[in-house]
Amino acid sequence: MQKELNKEQIISILQKYSPTKDNILKCLHELQDAHPQNYISKVILEETAKHFKLTKGQIFGIVSYYSMFSLKPRGRYLVRLCKSPVCNMLGAKSVTEYFDSKFNLKPGETTTDGMFTLELAECLGRCGKGPSMMINREVVTELDSKKIDEIINTKK
Amino acid sequence: MYNSFPKISLQRFGKINPQSIEDYSANGGFVGLKKALSLSPESIIDSIEKSGLKGRGGAGFPVGLKQKYTSGSSAENNIRFVVCNADEGEPGTFKDRMIMETDPFLLIEGMIISAYTIQATKGFVYIRGEYYASIENIKNAIKICYEKGFLGQNICGSGYSFELDIALGAGSYLCGEELTLLESLEGKRGYPRIKPPFPAEKGLWGLPTLVNNVETFSHIPFIVEKGHEEYSKIGTEGSKGTKLFCVSGNVTNTGVYELPMGITLKELIFDIAGGMKEGFEFKGALLGGAAGTFIDSSFLDVPLAYETLKEKGATLGSGAVIIIDDKTNLKEMMISILSFFKHESCGKCVPCRIGTTLLYERIKKPQLNENDFLWMQTQASYMVKNSLCPLGQSPDLPIKTVVKFFKNDL
Ligand SMILES: Cc1cc2nc3c(=O)[nH]c(=O)nc-3n(C[C@H](O)[C@H](O)[C@H](O)COP(=O)(O)O)c2cc1C
Ligand code: SF4
Ligand code: FES
Repeated sequence: MQKELNKEQIISILQKYSPTKDNILKCLHELQDAHPQNYISKVILEETAKHFKLTKGQIFGIVSYYSMFSLKPRGRYLVRLCKSPVCNMLGAKSVTEYFDSKFNLKPGETTTDGMFTLELAECLGRCGKGPSMMINREVVTELDSKKIDEIINTKK
Repeated sequence: MYNSFPKISLQRFGKINPQSIEDYSANGGFVGLKKALSLSPESIIDSIEKSGLKGRGGAGFPVGLKQKYTSGSSAENNIRFVVCNADEGEPGTFKDRMIMETDPFLLIEGMIISAYTIQATKGFVYIRGEYYASIENIKNAIKICYEKGFLGQNICGSGYSFELDIALGAGSYLCGEELTLLESLEGKRGYPRIKPPFPAEKGLWGLPTLVNNVETFSHIPFIVEKGHEEYSKIGTEGSKGTKLFCVSGNVTNTGVYELPMGITLKELIFDIAGGMKEGFEFKGALLGGAAGTFIDSSFLDVPLAYETLKEKGATLGSGAVIIIDDKTNLKEMMISILSFFKHESCGKCVPCRIGTTLLYERIKKPQLNENDFLWMQTQASYMVKNSLCPLGQSPDLPIKTVVKFFKNDL
């Protein structure tokens, strides 16, 4: 399985965007999504900086500010669990604990097989049916242990 | 009962294929825009002003007035922008997503009319990065609008031209604040700018910019098409039109409801949303999200409108209605709220950076006493006075109101 997003692939994504500054975040999203390890690698930082005529430090500053971007490799599947007040009230904490007890996965960690990373997120806009999470682009609501098992098993 | 109330933002909810411009047009779409393009920008602004429409993003600023300021600001080469705030990050709020997922052309139509009022040449829809379905829908709708002549050069043969694109957020609540949003749109870290100048004067790339919320834009076509008199028949004296209420908590039918301003909490929860789930008893609510106000059951008959809530020290905010029940752990909820502000503080100014951390540490203490309450309220007031941007001022309301109504639960 491919582990890196190579320079040619990066450049071909960058070239879809004109180098105006309003495109930076959009570009970074697309590059991160295309990376098999779901993160902004060094090569991505370098090439993005070149494309937008900024320094690597400037791109680093942008990437490190926004919580959706990661400078560390992550699993193939990124699980974002909402911990905001509504989901919290509806049991988000026990969902977090379930990930730990069943899959030995704590917030901020990645499973040893590199498949799943767990992150805690703020409100995902699915409060009506909390507790809620996202697994990559998919939304899962009204979480309980059965639902979590189901969704994790389909990804394994 | 719910269906008997007038609908604006959700008038086509579930009735059309959101990806189809044919469906949209066949169901009353673009009538407002076509009429607008035959009117003068001034007359439209005048009508929006008279309608009484206020911004739906939380602050409730009069929309027509903002359009007037923006169109009146001097602009280099006459370049002005329109930006839609679709960053929806206030906990408990999920209404803008509903519009974008079910009726994306409505948002675009509202934006084109608004752009025309200030003669903007370019616009952006700034959507939070996690809203994948909304992003796809809006992208698709923009593409189709270009193909059908509703965007780009010479819109519908009117001679007016307007370009529209999307921009993405990346997981920062603070970027929902309008000036911070513009910084982010310029590809920078989301640090707030000092106000004034307001976006109407110096916005995107330093040029006059009209920033409105998704729900706000969704009301514009109705006002232009049906007239401001028709619009202002809906709602209360000081709050015109309909509002999207986002009901969450242990309520039977949670979700987004479009209702006239002035509906009471009792009607909303017990008549429309099916009452409390079995085994749960209504205790109060958090209105407006993490930056909102707690209320208790004495508010059940207060009309949900800007002026009536303000009178009683509460706020409508973004329309989040988080219901609290007899089993809710309010201490946990406050910890979660203060942890939220601590996490979202950008750290640029000391009162907020340190203050949000101190408040979070204090609320975690077991068995808070009167001294703790006093200390927290003083700290929050200090932050109101000394923080650079509204985020640092936000913990004040939830703290004061939770102490007022529920201090025995802390
Ligand atoms: C911390 C913070 C977060 C905000 N988040 C949002 C948001 O997600 N969406 C929104 O429309 N307005 C948000 N606002 C309000 C905007 O600053 C601004 O008032 C709004 O976009 C104006 O549009 P309106 O007049 O149509 O409401 C936020 C304000 C603050 C201080
Ligand atoms: S008040 Fe908070 S969020 Fe606003 S500038 Fe200061 S530190 Fe940043
Ligand atoms: S509070 Fe969890 S999705 Fe909104």
